[in-house]
Amino acid sequence: MENTNYIVSSSPHIRSGESTNLIMRDVIIALIPALISGIYFFGFKALTVTALAIITCIATEMAMQKLLGREVTVKDLSAAVTGMLLAFNMPASAPWWMVIIGSIFAIAIVKQLFGGLGHNFINPALAARAVLLASWPVRMTTWPVPGMADAATGATPLAILKEGINYVNGLPVAAGGEMAGQALPNIWNLFIGNVGGCIGETSVLALAIGGAYLLYRGVINIRIPAIYILTVGILAFVFGKFDINYFIYHVCAGGLFLGAIFMATDYSTSPMTVKGQIVMGIGCGLLTFVIRFWGGYPEGVSYSILLMNVATPLIDRFTMPRKFGEVKKSA
Amino acid sequence: MDIRTLTFKGGTHPPHSKKATEKLQIEKANAPKVVAIPMQQHIGAPCEAIVAVGDEVKVGQKIGEPKGFVSAPIHSSVSGKVVAVEPRLYSGGSKVTCVVIESNMQDTIHESVIPKGKLEDLSADEIKTIIKEAGIVGMGGAAFPTHVKLAPPPGKQLDTVVLNGAECEPYLTADHRLMLEKPDDVVKGLSALMKALSVKKGYIGIETNKPDAIEAVFNAAKGVDGIEVVALKAKYPQGAEKQLINACTGREVPSGGLPADIGVVVSNVGTAAAIANAINTGMPLVERIVTITGKGVKEPKNLLVKIGTSFKEVIDQCGGFNGKPGKVIGGGPMMGIAQFSVDVPVIKGTSGILVLSEEEARLPKASNCIRCGKCVGVCPMNLMPMHLSANALADRFEQAETLHAMDCIECGSCSFVCPAKRPLVDSIRVAKREILEKRKKQQSK
Repeated sequence: MENTNYIVSSSPHIRSGESTNLIMRDVIIALIPALISGIYFFGFKALTVTALAIITCIATEMAMQKLLGREVTVKDLSAAVTGMLLAFNMPASAPWWMVIIGSIFAIAIVKQLFGGLGHNFINPALAARAVLLASWPVRMTTWPVPGMADAATGATPLAILKEGINYVNGLPVAAGGEMAGQALPNIWNLFIGNVGGCIGETSVLALAIGGAYLLYRGVINIRIPAIYILTVGILAFVFGKFDINYFIYHVCAGGLFLGAIFMATDYSTSPMTVKGQIVMGIGCGLLTFVIRFWGGYPEGVSYSILLMNVATPLIDRFTMPRKFGEVKKSA
Repeated sequence: MDIRTLTFKGGTHPPHSKKATEKLQIEKANAPKVVAIPMQQHIGAPCEAIVAVGDEVKVGQKIGEPKGFVSAPIHSSVSGKVVAVEPRLYSGGSKVTCVVIESNMQDTIHESVIPKGKLEDLSADEIKTIIKEAGIVGMGGAAFPTHVKLAPPPGKQLDTVVLNGAECEPYLTADHRLMLEKPDDVVKGLSALMKALSVKKGYIGIETNKPDAIEAVFNAAKGVDGIEVVALKAKYPQGAEKQLINACTGREVPSGGLPADIGVVVSNVGTAAAIANAINTGMPLVERIVTITGKGVKEPKNLLVKIGTSFKEVIDQCGGFNGKPGKVIGGGPMMGIAQFSVDVPVIKGTSGILVLSEEEARLPKASNCIRCGKCVGVCPMNLMPMHLSANALADRFEQAETLHAMDCIECGSCSFVCPAKRPLVDSIRVAKREILEKRKKQQSK
């Protein structure tokens, strides 16, 4: 037993099997049901948009890391997740160049220029979506009608909902605005995702399956998504004069499930403390509801999450857990 | 068995990895031909060697005299001749004065080693003296002199003694086997501690992954006044002093304070057994149970080893290394100390010798913090390890101090759980050292 060179390091000497790569892989797996539903309802174009976003994000990450002299870490799959989320926030009819611009913006500007993984202060995919929406509002809100590829444009349930709900022969229709009298999609179609909208946001069912997987794997905590969704639902119910349809349509329509499960829970841009996560959920829900009910846009999920992202450092700071054995300073 | 199951908030679940040795009876290790006994095996002041080269010594003879109150005497574990008194590498990672004794293989017991009589006949002060003279220190790993704990600062009212039988460190089974094979010693040691402190309430906390030990100690404690055996949820770091007290009594040691501040003294089950042994036989602390385990050893074992026996000799008795060893750890995998060499002696605090294979020992590569917050969730002290670590790595030690770096118990849960494999506890340790340095400087001004 000669005196070999043992590895000497500070404890602990064992590490858990968790890794960044595994977490990102789990997120990708969780997004697959929504991708399948997107392809099913919006056609092959949904797949090409998603693939293009993923490839552009990965390529941008590699290029930026080489340029900035950083280690290339695309193997951690975080760029792929950003690409997937960005695509899910775009209509399937989005032109290829918009996908590329959005992907480059997300990775180059929002992620890498701020220090890379974990250092971005807002969600890259959502920031890119906001830029695209501000730059090409028409293209970003032209929704292919499910099953008709990109031939026609359809209104999203939220656009129909915007001025409230009326009833014609007992069926819910738009109460006012340009779409007055247009029928709301039936609840089953809304639930499975057979309505107009972005690639990955329409199917509540598919997103919930993905969310359940992430919860099971311990990747996310139920706090932010549950509180976010319930806050929107309850506010809509109350301000909709206790009409249960307001609850159902506001919860199931638009990007609420996608945002609450996959975007508001983004590690880098959401609070780490228990109390902070509760604040995040309520804050996102409140802002989303305010934008939807009284704002200029039919949908408010992205902007709400972006605003709460910016507030996250502050929230973390004010919700620090009480230290074990901390003695209350008595005056 | 009517017992409560208790726990603390936070913590993590490293794999137990105890299967290899939990069913193996404690064996007496082969008598060593040579022992090197360090003069510092405990927290506090080192001892001064009171024997010289050429002196004949016997088992149980005092060979190191403490130089200060926070210290504990050291005794010879063999009979034979002192062949050297010189600085040598020990398992703490540095060099300390060691008394090297060549055994005559007679194991002649020193005249001072005589049974101390019945516990009922001993006074509190007599028990304290026995513990102090027997060189008993905390056997869980930290090796804090036990007699110091028995002399709390004036004004502190003690009411509870908690015995730590959690053994939450993965791999280790020394305490488990001890509780199973010598439950009466454990209970007697606790009674002695309670009597020495005039305390009426005693707990023995054991993790639920050792149901047989819980049963054995429960039966041994039946009918002993004031002693309650409690089951603890198998979770790391259940055996950490502050967490253990919190689980058993619901009290919290105040930040920067001691268990005595809330009326509690904590001791390890191994320490209690050593106290019982010192009373029963008069033999000071000269041997201990060591779990030798890990993929890197051929036949993992629980051995009763004489203090001063080299790691190498002990590992050889377990069939030697299994393949090329990657890392040799004194203690468990969560808080143990990685060794430079196996030519270091087993000391009073050596609860285990863990040999990891090269593959297991390979250091993971750290990547960016993804702010997942897992470290915040597991921290048993409710700290925010990634903030502490970020400040420490940027040399912002004052910031780290305001974030309560000094409250970190260095359990390593944060580093264990980190998906980005960041050196969290390592960097917090650096910050703590810097903060202590600064405080020392300010005091000396």
